Amino acid sequence: MSFSKMPLVEANQALDASSLSLDSERTLYPYVTGTSVVAFKYRDGILMAADMGGSYGSTLRYKTVERIKPIGKHSLLGASGEISDFQEILRYLDELILYDNMWDDGNSLGPKEVHNYLTRVMYNRRNKFNPLWNSLVLGGVKNGQKYLGMVSMIGVNFEDNHVATGFGNHLARPILRDEWNEDLSFEDGVKLLEKCMRVLLYRDRSAVNKLQIAKITEEGATLFPPYSLKTFWGFEAYKNPTVGAEGSW
Amino acid sequence: MTKQQANWSPYDNNGGSCVAIAGRDYCVIAADTRMSTGYSILTRDYSKISKLADKAVLASSGFQADIKALQKHLAARHLIYQHQHNKQMSCPAMAQLLSNTLYYKRFFPYYAFNVLGGLDSEGKGCVFTYDAVGSYERVGYSAQGSGSTLIMPFLDNQLKSPSPLLLPAQDAVTPLSELEAIDLVKTVFVSATERDIYTGDKVEIVILNAEGLRREFMDLRKD
Repeated sequence: MSFSKMPLVEANQALDASSLSLDSERTLYPYVTGTSVVAFKYRDGILMAADMGGSYGSTLRYKTVERIKPIGKHSLLGASGEISDFQEILRYLDELILYDNMWDDGNSLGPKEVHNYLTRVMYNRRNKFNPLWNSLVLGGVKNGQKYLGMVSMIGVNFEDNHVATGFGNHLARPILRDEWNEDLSFEDGVKLLEKCMRVLLYRDRSAVNKLQIAKITEEGATLFPPYSLKTFWGFEAYKNPTVGAEGSW
Repeated sequence: MTKQQANWSPYDNNGGSCVAIAGRDYCVIAADTRMSTGYSILTRDYSKISKLADKAVLASSGFQADIKALQKHLAARHLIYQHQHNKQMSCPAMAQLLSNTLYYKRFFPYYAFNVLGGLDSEGKGCVFTYDAVGSYERVGYSAQGSGSTLIMPFLDNQLKSPSPLLLPAQDAVTPLSELEAIDLVKTVFVSATERDIYTGDKVEIVILNAEGLRREFMDLRKD
């Protein structure tokens, strides 16, 4: 018996992902990113806010990115992280809602179902080491039941009365833990959201002063036109910055 | 050009502690309800306890996404078992299934630290304790998760388990009454909450006995 004399090196070389150039198709790091999303339950449903910035590293490249979108009849989806992955998720959800509508059976996917679907999608992508680089906030109302949940890029998910992504977890959640209550009116809710977004604007370098507020109630979703928050910079310490350092400017 | 390294980890530790104590005719399974990531608290009201079968209750701590997937997987397998055998899975059977499920992912593990509690076919309390890849043993009591190093020595002190090396084998189940065991569990969680930052908010206690399943909650320190 004689075996053909193949060069042993080539015969033994395993075809790994990088040599098949499958690696270049995997997400390694995010490019265009959105920052925090903040949301909480209020009397009539869910209130959600996100600014309209899309950062390219440290450059505030895009300033009219809608990071909150309505999903079906009963839900709102807010996303932080890679914007292109968010757009991909919207395509997945489009198909999901389309197939749901095609049953034409009077039934429709509620926020709990959409949240579960998103959790499975995110977890499965993480299992394949090709994550969708987003933190998602899913809120909605169906049959009087309010629902608000969050999913991270590795599939960690939970529901609560108030949620936030990214910096919002550190800066907005403490405010919400202190001042949120079950029966917020719409006006009070917006004031509370603005309070959180203002802190984020002051302290998160990737925040832009152009925010979008959205609400969802039993009647449906409403995305309000974008606007800016009033900020205050007139602190004594900022007025004469060189007073303690003669010769500086 | 060196190959790009991943700058994200597929794992996270969402913290929390789980405890189970087996009694003569009951089993107590408890876990705190705090879910954390890094130094932040994500939510104060997340249950780590899942009822897999009438007589088998699982408490898991670790990476929440893996735990959710694991619990869903086991629930699905139990449903199939019920269809095929027309009965509920016993606790020892579920214990074996959990071990096999964990080992199946030996080379990309479920980052889940489990304690399975329930009643065996004689109605006696049983507790099974696991590591992340499925190695398990039946014990009289166990603690897993971020507070386990604080809790386990205390349980050893209070429940003084006989050595598994003894011949004839001695029963590991505690002679404590159900109410005494619940009290011990509450004490243990209060203590763990003091020193473990990932344990706190609330403790959920599930008690399984001949009458069925009962659930209790107790507030813990929120800091």
